[in-house]
Amino acid sequence: MEHTVAHEEHSGGGTKEIVRVTVILSVLTIIELALGFWMIDMPLESSLRLAVKGAIIILMLAKAFYIVAYFMHLKHELKNMIMTIVVPLALFVWFITAFLYDGNSFRNLRNTYDPHFKEQSTIKVEKKAESKHGESKHEEAKPAAEKKAVE
Amino acid sequence: MSTATVTPTKLWGGGKSPFNVEYGKLMMWYFLMSDAFTFGAFLISYGTIRFSTNGWPDPNEVFKSFPFAPEGVHAPLVFVSIMTFILIISSVTMVLAVHAGHNMDKKGVVKNLILTIVGGIAFLSCQAWEWNHLYHEGAWWGSNPFLNHDGTASSTNFTNYFFTITGFHGFHVFSGVVINIIMLIMTLMDKFEQRGHYLMIEKAGLYWHFVDLVWVFVFTCFYLI
Repeated sequence: MEHTVAHEEHSGGGTKEIVRVTVILSVLTIIELALGFWMIDMPLESSLRLAVKGAIIILMLAKAFYIVAYFMHLKHELKNMIMTIVVPLALFVWFITAFLYDGNSFRNLRNTYDPHFKEQSTIKVEKKAESKHGESKHEEAKPAAEKKAVE
Repeated sequence: MSTATVTPTKLWGGGKSPFNVEYGKLMMWYFLMSDAFTFGAFLISYGTIRFSTNGWPDPNEVFKSFPFAPEGVHAPLVFVSIMTFILIISSVTMVLAVHAGHNMDKKGVVKNLILTIVGGIAFLSCQAWEWNHLYHEGAWWGSNPFLNHDGTASSTNFTNYFFTITGFHGFHVFSGVVINIIMLIMTLMDKFEQRGHYLMIEKAGLYWHFVDLVWVFVFTCFYLI
């Protein structure tokens, strides 16, 4: 009999807590979607668009927190145990910063020193994207391209 | 060293589980941590490529279709929000199953597990429809029919990352559904009643919540921003 771990759960809230977290997650998702819809008609490089994207990312992190803390019950574990999970994940802060910075820097370098790359990203495709794959089923690409041409 | 634990010396003095977590559950946590790094690597790589490119397709143009709607319908975000809610609700039913397990309520476990499985299958069906639809629009690994937001030609990076990452996530959902079905069968066979606890449901639950957690990130990175 291996199950001798006394599981007198450090139990949190119960059903009430589940309902509360469900409501919070739904509300956060709805706000995210509302922001997403709002963003559709925003000009591309506007700072407002960037701010909305930032807000969506913050909401995403809040959702992640609620799922991990309450649904996965991490909040009610012992602190030492929480730390063995959360501290390694802090590496992500560095990963994200370093890689995105690197990607951005690469784009700037190419825009400065690679005329072909720069040129490619200014030519608008009028009709439909030429199919490098040349298959018949790729005909449906047209509507998207036409919509683009209107803009 | 810790200040939060009640009696630190006794906790680590041997003879009891210092984390007060069952072995299998702890190992599930560490597995999920490694899995988080895998998904993180995928998503960060996607972000890096996106940051190093001048243009990128507009998700509201790419993901604008809806099942049974006429061709050319413009319904951005609608279908994917349904998928998101399906996953959130199935996560809730999973919590309820774990909760019922705590109370040794076999009926509650069975009911909520079935609901969770149904939710998982519904999500997979939605994804299958979406993949099929995109495939028929000409999107696949190595082929991208969509244009960038500003009307310039787009690279295949967009579709490559989309299919790889949502595919990897979908595979996780599929595994989760299989695990949940096994849990359901074990519950119906009274395995957990004989053991005297439903800790196994908790481990399956952790995995299922993780799948939901990853979707929060995938959803944001691909469909919203």
